[in-house]
Amino acid sequence: MSQLLGQTPSQTVGPYYTLRLFREGENILVGSGQAGRILIQGRVLDGDRKPIEDAVLEIWQASSAGRYRHPDDTRELALDNGFTGFGRAITDFETGEYTFETIKPGPVPDVEGVFQAPHISLIVQGRGMLNPVFTRIYFSDDDEANRDDLILRAVPADRRSTLIAELVDDEEPRVYRFDVLFQGDDETVFFDF
Amino acid sequence: MSEPVIRHYGPKAYADHPPFSYPDYRSTVKRSPTHDLIRIVQTLSETTGPGPAWTEISEEDTDLTTNTGTGSPAIGERIIVTGKVLDEHGRGVPDTVLEIWQSNASGRYAHWRETEFPAPLDPNFVGVGQCLTDVQGGYRFTTIKPGPYPWGNHPNAWRPSHIHFSIMGPSLGMRLVTQMYFPGDPLIPLDPIFNSAPPHARSRLIATYDHEVTETNWALGYRWDIVLRGDRATPMDEGGD
Repeated sequence: MSQLLGQTPSQTVGPYYTLRLFREGENILVGSGQAGRILIQGRVLDGDRKPIEDAVLEIWQASSAGRYRHPDDTRELALDNGFTGFGRAITDFETGEYTFETIKPGPVPDVEGVFQAPHISLIVQGRGMLNPVFTRIYFSDDDEANRDDLILRAVPADRRSTLIAELVDDEEPRVYRFDVLFQGDDETVFFDF
Repeated sequence: MSEPVIRHYGPKAYADHPPFSYPDYRSTVKRSPTHDLIRIVQTLSETTGPGPAWTEISEEDTDLTTNTGTGSPAIGERIIVTGKVLDEHGRGVPDTVLEIWQSNASGRYAHWRETEFPAPLDPNFVGVGQCLTDVQGGYRFTTIKPGPYPWGNHPNAWRPSHIHFSIMGPSLGMRLVTQMYFPGDPLIPLDPIFNSAPPHARSRLIATYDHEVTETNWALGYRWDIVLRGDRATPMDEGGD
């Protein structure tokens, strides 16, 4: 194998990232007329379970038909109108709460061609974080699909619940809660891939 | 139905990156995972990413000395920062978004957070910009050299001059946010954020002064390349093991 160039080290986004890494409306992935809108809300909590008031969350997801807006996803499935699948939210400086307004993604195949349970990829960064952490958001009303999901099955059974957003309001727009926890027995599962 | 392309990206080289917890940078202690990361296979969810879609809706905004729209130039030492975004195989990463933010020449950010540092704001400088890499992965910004500023990490702590860079890259796992430092800055060896990078990798965070980039009667030039993880299917190992 040829010699690889050394990767540029990651550094924290620091306290001033909102200058560039968040613009109004970036946490809303769909237009107001979109059917099937959902809200994902939560907090990012530190090792003392204090809300981190200066974190930035980035999500990446497939369309409702299950297609990513990416040149590698050549499947002939619909992309929702104007939907990029990418969103950014910041935690509120007072309350620590973040919100995304989006749609539930459709199914996407795993490496064996079997459909994965609906999920959203999540990257969390913030002041005091030297590297991004990567995780996934699954949904509590997809019990059966979650049981068969290739990635969830790679997670120890007693930690899987940290990846599942809880349906807390069934009226449209449905509301899911998803907290990201650092440290402790209930620490969110973070992935390396 | 057409099958999606599944690429295979080499791992994030954690040995080249800071640890999650680096106690000299105090805030990391409670904001870092303590369980091991769980290694997963790369599915379409990991091998795709927001980079290309973000490129579609992003516009160039590469001159931070004039981009406030006030019609007056920012105060400070005008500089050019240029270089390439490469993958670890040395191939340019084209058409990807670089977003940057920085303090002004006095070391002050145009940000609403309170600071006890009585440095002036510059009404002609907000300190944000973005650029799309060209076909070779090249980028170029014109800006003001950012000033150092104090922070509360430890007594008399000062951040060296730096520019924050955020790079999307074509796949989720290539996402990188980092900071570029300036050569010869005496604050660099005192900075726990810089020092959080492993010793062998620290020099990769420091730009090089390049007189070829410097423009007569205009601006000093710095060069800085950024290296991301790469797609394993290089022309050399295709058809190999």
